[in-house]
Amino acid sequence: MTILSVRDMKTDIGQYSVLHGVTFDVPEGGVFVLLGRNGAGKTTTLRSIMGLWQPSPGSVQFQGTDIAGMETADIARKGIAYVPENMGIFGGLTVAENLILATGKGTFDKTRLRRIYDLFPALEQFWTKQAWSLSGGQKQMLSVARAIIEPRALILIDEPTKGLAPSIVAAMADAFRETAKDTTILLVEQNFNFARALGRDMAVIDDGRVVHQASMAEFAADTDLQGRLLGLSA
Amino acid sequence: MDKLTDTLGRYGGVNLLPLALAGVAFFLIGAPSSWVTLTVAGLSMGMMVFLMASGLSLVFGLMDVLNFGHSAFVSFGAFVAASVLALLGGWLDGGPLLASAALALALIAAIAFGLAAGLFFETVIIRPVYRDHLRQILITMGALIVSEQIILAIWGGTPITVLRPPFLEGAWIIGDVSIEIYRLFAFVLGAAVFAGLMVLLNKTRIGLLIRAGVENREMVEALGFKINRLFIGVFMLGSALAALGGAMWAGYETLITPALGGEMMIVVFIVVIIGGLGSIEGTLLGALIVGLTANYIGYLAPKLALASNMILMMAILMWRPSGLRPAVK
Repeated sequence: MTILSVRDMKTDIGQYSVLHGVTFDVPEGGVFVLLGRNGAGKTTTLRSIMGLWQPSPGSVQFQGTDIAGMETADIARKGIAYVPENMGIFGGLTVAENLILATGKGTFDKTRLRRIYDLFPALEQFWTKQAWSLSGGQKQMLSVARAIIEPRALILIDEPTKGLAPSIVAAMADAFRETAKDTTILLVEQNFNFARALGRDMAVIDDGRVVHQASMAEFAADTDLQGRLLGLSA
Repeated sequence: MDKLTDTLGRYGGVNLLPLALAGVAFFLIGAPSSWVTLTVAGLSMGMMVFLMASGLSLVFGLMDVLNFGHSAFVSFGAFVAASVLALLGGWLDGGPLLASAALALALIAAIAFGLAAGLFFETVIIRPVYRDHLRQILITMGALIVSEQIILAIWGGTPITVLRPPFLEGAWIIGDVSIEIYRLFAFVLGAAVFAGLMVLLNKTRIGLLIRAGVENREMVEALGFKINRLFIGVFMLGSALAALGGAMWAGYETLITPALGGEMMIVVFIVVIIGGLGSIEGTLLGALIVGLTANYIGYLAPKLALASNMILMMAILMWRPSGLRPAVK
């Protein structure tokens, strides 16, 4: 079953046309990875789905509802969380305040909070610290934790491993595997090994268009295709 | 240098600046009684400027709007309060209870006007020019000029005398020291508003949203909150605070003209900039420093009084380009 269906999505930023008709389907459950070279349009695709750039024309069907043209806040309320490339944490707020803001009712579900502590023990340790004082990896943990503190149907995650130490990357992989058991993740990632280890399905975006969509197993087995589409050497 | 900064940080950091300023002024002024009078005057002026500037700081920080029309709310607040006090002039001589009621009604009228005018201003004037600083400057400057002309049309160009309740007149004399009662009242009211704002910002969900929005509006929306509703609320609050500040300033000056808002605009912007955009603590700190500096320099070197705030702003920005206590680190 498809949870997100993007059809012919075109996005202009100022005078530049960035997406020229992106089309792909994200099946429900597991991790769907959007791959592509720098500047291919991956981040713009996530931002357009989230309504942070307004796509036109085309459609973005989420659980059967067209969310293209809706306000970002309304899209979020439909059950889509967003973890941006720059993490988007509120540095002047404490770890606790960052997380409480991401809850609908302003209170924590104890079970989910316990799960977050188990996945990212550092967040419990620095619970009352202002977020700007956290390390880069801890900030990324907070950003991801904010997306999973409430039940979501779909989480859009933009390059979560960028610049992180290997131990943090491993913690992220564990967190995504755990989260993907009951949530769909649409992951933009440059680190192909990380993407391959997590992804069930994938698409490659190039020059503002999706040029390939398949299962990750198929794509991982085809080194020629990886070289052609992503510039990876065998 | 880093060690010195760390040590100072442990004892309050930049929060100590007003204290340090007062300490230096104590030695330069020499006469303790004059120093106390000037310090009380500086603190009370600072608190009134804080009332006027706090809303602008939030609007600037949260909405990224350069609202040069903010001081129009200061002017209107002053004139509305002065008119209510003139209308209830009989109450002022009718004993402390009636005089207090007249003062309270005057301040409430100024606040109510600020809320209503803020709603109108945000909806009609600000909303069409979000994300366009040049147009914001032009249109809000235009609105300030128009509002001054409206005040001129309603109240005329002759300076208006502002009545004060008798219990706020006069001064307390303690030894050689003279402390004006109105200034103490202004200080206490400003401190109460600051405390209220701190509770709002730090203990409520709306406050949390405002603090988050100052840092990253986009992310607040991505968490499911409609930032435009927050913008309207904050703009109305800021306008009401400016009107309250104007009302208090009117009582302080006791003679007001339509140019009042325009005259305060520079000071208000200096406070917001040196305090750090979007930071209420920074605005209070900036306002107290500006108030104290204006009074001390006015006494020590009157010819430098006008330039003192500009010099202060330049010095602080060279030291801390983002202001003393910016909301975003």
